[in-house]
Amino acid sequence: MRFNRFLSAFGFVMLCPVLFGQGLDPGKLLKPPTDTWPTYNGDYSGQRFSPLKQINAENVGDLGLAWVYHADSGPGASPFANQIKSTPLEVDGVLYFTLPDHAWAVDARTGRELWHFKWESQGGIHIGNRGVGIYGNWVFFETPDDHLVSLEKNTGKLRWSVEIADVKQEYFSTPAPLVVGNHVVVGVGGDSLDVPGYLEARDPETGQVQWRFNTEPKPGEPGSETWPNKNAMAHGGGMTWMPGTYDPQMNLLFWGTGNPNPVHAGQGRKGDDLWTCSIVALNADTGKLVWWFQPSPHDTHDYDAVQTPVIFNADFDGKPRKLLAQGSRNGYFFLLDRTTGKDLVTEPFIPLNWSKGIDSRGEPIPSAAKEPKTDGTLVSPASGGATNWPPPSFDPETGLFYLSTSYSYSVFYLTDTDENAEGYAGRDAGVWSQSALKAIDYQTGKIRWSHVYPGEGGSLSGLLTTAGKLLFSGDPSHNLIAFDPASGKILWHVGLASGVSNGPMTYELDGRQYLVVGAGDMLYAFTLPHA
Amino acid sequence: MIYKRALVAVLFSAAAILLCAQEPQIPPTNPPAEPPPGAANGPKPGPAAKPPNAGQQPTQQGAAAGAQNRTSAIGNFLAIGAPPDPAAVERGEKLFVANCAFCHGTNAKGGATGPDLVRSVLVLHDEGTGKDIGPVILNGRPAKGMPKFDFTEAQIKDIAAFLRSRNQAAANRMDYKILNINTGDPKAGEAYFNAHCANCHSATGDLAHIASKDDAPTLQNKFLYPLEHHYPGMPGPPPDPRTEKTVTVTLPSGESFSGKLDHIDDFSVAMTDSSGEYHSWLLDGATGVRVEIHDPLKAHEELLKQYTDADMHNVLAYLETLK
Repeated sequence: MRFNRFLSAFGFVMLCPVLFGQGLDPGKLLKPPTDTWPTYNGDYSGQRFSPLKQINAENVGDLGLAWVYHADSGPGASPFANQIKSTPLEVDGVLYFTLPDHAWAVDARTGRELWHFKWESQGGIHIGNRGVGIYGNWVFFETPDDHLVSLEKNTGKLRWSVEIADVKQEYFSTPAPLVVGNHVVVGVGGDSLDVPGYLEARDPETGQVQWRFNTEPKPGEPGSETWPNKNAMAHGGGMTWMPGTYDPQMNLLFWGTGNPNPVHAGQGRKGDDLWTCSIVALNADTGKLVWWFQPSPHDTHDYDAVQTPVIFNADFDGKPRKLLAQGSRNGYFFLLDRTTGKDLVTEPFIPLNWSKGIDSRGEPIPSAAKEPKTDGTLVSPASGGATNWPPPSFDPETGLFYLSTSYSYSVFYLTDTDENAEGYAGRDAGVWSQSALKAIDYQTGKIRWSHVYPGEGGSLSGLLTTAGKLLFSGDPSHNLIAFDPASGKILWHVGLASGVSNGPMTYELDGRQYLVVGAGDMLYAFTLPHA
Repeated sequence: MIYKRALVAVLFSAAAILLCAQEPQIPPTNPPAEPPPGAANGPKPGPAAKPPNAGQQPTQQGAAAGAQNRTSAIGNFLAIGAPPDPAAVERGEKLFVANCAFCHGTNAKGGATGPDLVRSVLVLHDEGTGKDIGPVILNGRPAKGMPKFDFTEAQIKDIAAFLRSRNQAAANRMDYKILNINTGDPKAGEAYFNAHCANCHSATGDLAHIASKDDAPTLQNKFLYPLEHHYPGMPGPPPDPRTEKTVTVTLPSGESFSGKLDHIDDFSVAMTDSSGEYHSWLLDGATGVRVEIHDPLKAHEELLKQYTDADMHNVLAYLETLK
């Protein structure tokens, strides 16, 4: 017995460095994704551009199925909860992905399940989960009941879990944690009862808070002048429900924040409502706010600005610049200088009517006439937005920013006229929508090409571009499609059992490139026949 | 060629794969803040659990079972939890109004001297049990000027049930009552109707008594774009045949097929002909199939992009006169 103990201790000591050696090499996070897809967006930039080109415009027609994996979460899942919205991470030949309350590891070459972890939920809205973050040998994911769960990467065994928000106040958590240095950056969601939003860095060893950024200021702090009073600020929303991006040279995190609360009632929160519907730049080690830009000042239409703040270095006005681009849910494309947050381009990518122009900062000016009213206002885009969380892609070779878009209308009703409105305080009735894939010239915001899907419906797909001169997207009719990113011409497609529900990703193992997409509760991998 | 390859890939991939999708194209990718589209077509009659509340209309009785199922499915989605016993809520409300409303307001949203209890962390943690609010009621909060109340355990539970119903009513956006939307000018609406709608519709024909058939928000949604969206797996009425798209498909041989459009995407078209026979064709340059779609709702789509809010209110006000 004693000997056994000794052996275990000895084994532990000996194994630790070995195990750690097999963990995710932090250096992989700083490179374009090739043999590894180590974070939600593949790398920190959010470009979702892969330098791989074994699968390319010439041979994409030969693309065939490598394997299918069915992510079975068991009986009782709601229609929302069994959609794979996570982008799998791929580390050392293993894919890691999630559904709400569930995490899986499957063999990236074969689709064979290695482990499946199920979290016993205490509740919360089960609408989706964006996936995992990995630090060394540990996997992290968030749950609908607001826990950050850490698993052993190789076994799926629970290490620990910590509460990051209070499910009883109607918080629920959907983002994939973003690992930056020794920070696990976690965001939260929840619009039902007007709770304040925040972003936290957690310690990968213990789960303890390292820093916290509140999306509302406290009374007297900078930004508080954009709220009428303490009560409005304390119930102001601004959820951080999508992963952000990171510039290692600047050590800045870029994060989009959600709509203010009460969602549809602006009367009790007159002002811009900072830092809701904003893009914020935060010091990655302290969480301190460095700059901000607000895509939707004083939002009343649920236009979260959480869409990926994509970063890239490219020319603007003939000079090399450090840029940040967002195709925002409110229908505007924004290009910012990411050193200062200064706006360079603000241009709508669908016909919209909620804004009456752009101010001197490049921020849209909301039209009071189109705020929700008791008898309804007819607004484009609908509350689901001109785009939404499905990740966009920036292709540095074409210089185009690709976005799944929806041209849509909702009638927005104010249902609570009280100065102290509560909850959503309004409803919206979706009327009509049309989906299109658009390619936007980052320097002008103009649409270079647009592909309108012929079927009805507003479903949106995540995107991927590759150096193989390919752009992958789903359509609203359950097809996975490869487009020519320069022209929008369709090069290949395949019909799946349901619509693409995540952002497609790709990796190369043993000299073979794989393309992986989630569609409903199925994960599909494609490859070339004789690579 | 590309199509053959794709077809092989499709056959190869899984038996469950279908080329045509006939259910409504409702996004499976709803963001957290977006209500299920199926629930977004006007107000839904609430279940009996809706709390009595000064600002709200009485619960509509006799709601269709489908609507009840839908409401409960959405309640489940919103993870609001089981509604408290309506009798306890009613007793609790009486106690609350008589004893607590002076400070906390009759609807528990707070007043000049007492805080909001609808979004109170303590009340939310109580979850309608009385275990958290009980000690506060029995002991008061002397430092903040709240007196103690000598309620029985049963009374505390009733108050807890009432507060729980208020939490749930605030959190359950699908059950919010839409207020009066009949605010337009019926005369102006009639003029708009005659100018833009009368080609296809008649106040004495297809729209006779239209205002008696639906409530105002439903009618508003229907005239804006008369397509019933409902969520897969959730009950909803069958589609109105007048809204169905039709298609004519002409083959290179000159043979042509017409019928109800079942599906169209970039790669295929599917239809059902008048005898009920289903047909589908792949679309690409090589097949030379010609497709002409007739969309009876095209005029609605065009108007949608033109209406001012006043037009919308006026047309509704006019339609509301067609009792």
